[in-house]
Amino acid sequence: MAQTAVAGTPKVELRSVGLRYFSAEGETEALSNVSLSVASGEFVAVIGPSGCGKSTLLSLISGIVAPTEGTVLIDGRRVSGPSRKIGYMLQQDYLFEWRTILENTVLGAEIQGAPMTKARERATQLLNRYGLGQFVNHLPRQLSGGMRQRVALARTLCTEPDVVLLDEPFSALDSQTRLALGDEITEILRREAKTVILVTHDIGEAVSMAERVLVMSHRPGRIKSNHPVRLTAPGGARLAPFAARNTPEFNSYFNMLWQELEVHVER
Amino acid sequence: MSNADIAPAVAASPQYRAWVQREQRNRLMVRAAQLAIFLAFIVLWEVLPRAQIVNPLFTSYPSAIWPTFIELLKSTPQQASILTHTWSTVAATVIGFTAAILIGTVVAAALWWWETLYKVLDPYLVVANAMPKTAFVPIFYVWLGATLSIYGMSLAISLFVTVLMIYSGFQGIDPNKIKLAQTFGASKAQILAKVVLPGSVPTFIAALKVNAGLSLVGVVVGEFQSANLGLGYLIQYGAQIFKMNIVMTAVTILAIISSLMYLAISWLESAVMRRR
Repeated sequence: MAQTAVAGTPKVELRSVGLRYFSAEGETEALSNVSLSVASGEFVAVIGPSGCGKSTLLSLISGIVAPTEGTVLIDGRRVSGPSRKIGYMLQQDYLFEWRTILENTVLGAEIQGAPMTKARERATQLLNRYGLGQFVNHLPRQLSGGMRQRVALARTLCTEPDVVLLDEPFSALDSQTRLALGDEITEILRREAKTVILVTHDIGEAVSMAERVLVMSHRPGRIKSNHPVRLTAPGGARLAPFAARNTPEFNSYFNMLWQELEVHVER
Repeated sequence: MSNADIAPAVAASPQYRAWVQREQRNRLMVRAAQLAIFLAFIVLWEVLPRAQIVNPLFTSYPSAIWPTFIELLKSTPQQASILTHTWSTVAATVIGFTAAILIGTVVAAALWWWETLYKVLDPYLVVANAMPKTAFVPIFYVWLGATLSIYGMSLAISLFVTVLMIYSGFQGIDPNKIKLAQTFGASKAQILAKVVLPGSVPTFIAALKVNAGLSLVGVVVGEFQSANLGLGYLIQYGAQIFKMNIVMTAVTILAIISSLMYLAISWLESAVMRRR
């Protein structure tokens, strides 16, 4: 479709990527022949049955795991280690309990050896914007789950990445917080025109947040299908995820993807 | 939300006041019971020998401790002051204790850094830790001489357990926290400095607690054999000339040293844990 056929170099590209894990029990093929490309500024969701290698896919793109076959490219250049262009948000916040909120937020800058005065300024700005301004000197245990996950987002964006990888970032939250924060984070990422790859097992989350949904097969994971999402929005604006759930198309996308996943669950 | 933010704003209900009162009474009871046990121990120790139920030659009396202490304060050409003995023991304990923590941390970090090294050394560490270290007192005396053998003993008794404790603390760090650091491109040294070491503070406190006691044991046992100084030596000397007053006075000072170390570590623990 039009979304995939973007002229120029894709922001993120995987070419026939495969990954095998080795252990005493033998070899496990986690991913096999995965090819995909994501354009700059695009918001893509990847769904698939649990254990299909969705998270592994993100680890490969982030450069903390090297593929056993194929290549991963960011801006047309081969990834050989963690890149500063990438921000990776994990399933839980994993805030360090011995650091204050501000100290947690500047962790990336600190590790990357960036100028700290500037990093602290940016972190304070981000935290203020996410309504956490009064908590900069608090410790993580003093914050609720939703607030902690917003700190994790600030920590991810503080290093100013072009590409944001989200690994089920809402799975540890209760359902209300999940919906509210989903809206909030989507808004932030769209406004900053980040390229986003969201991994989730929640079909509703994928359809409501992303412009395109990739479905992965059972292990060894392959990209099974590719569905651009078009929802009717007044004036052609992009809908907030919560509003997107009320469009007439939402349910048909949901059911289609549901059926595609179910086939593999019953396999 | 912080606890301060949810402090009750309304006037306390009668039920709440009753609960507070019960809690206070309970705390008071615990303190009173602790004091009672201590006093009962002292009274029995004084009364039983005086009533000739136990032989005072073997036990001495609490009331004899203070006069003995005053007497031992004087230094004679044959015998140093008890303060010198005490200082000698305390200094050796603090040095042994600090060395065990520092060396233990460095060794544990090396084992964490090179996993293969850990796999190779694991059985040796476990066996070394299980060895009855006091068996080495005469060996250390021959190898290291009178003074160094005391430090050697203190270190031998506390080092292996320190290494094992701190290493298992390092192992217990959430791998996802390490993964998070890796997503920012952290090097192994950065992971050690920014994730593993600060994340292991509770382990360090636990190791300090275990070590304080073990180092003191090592020093006193070392002094039994080799020294002409220290509370361990004084205990040995008092027993040989059958003066239980001297032995009991030295043991009492050891009890006070242990209590002070316990207090110091508790204070450190609450100071550090306030940050968590």
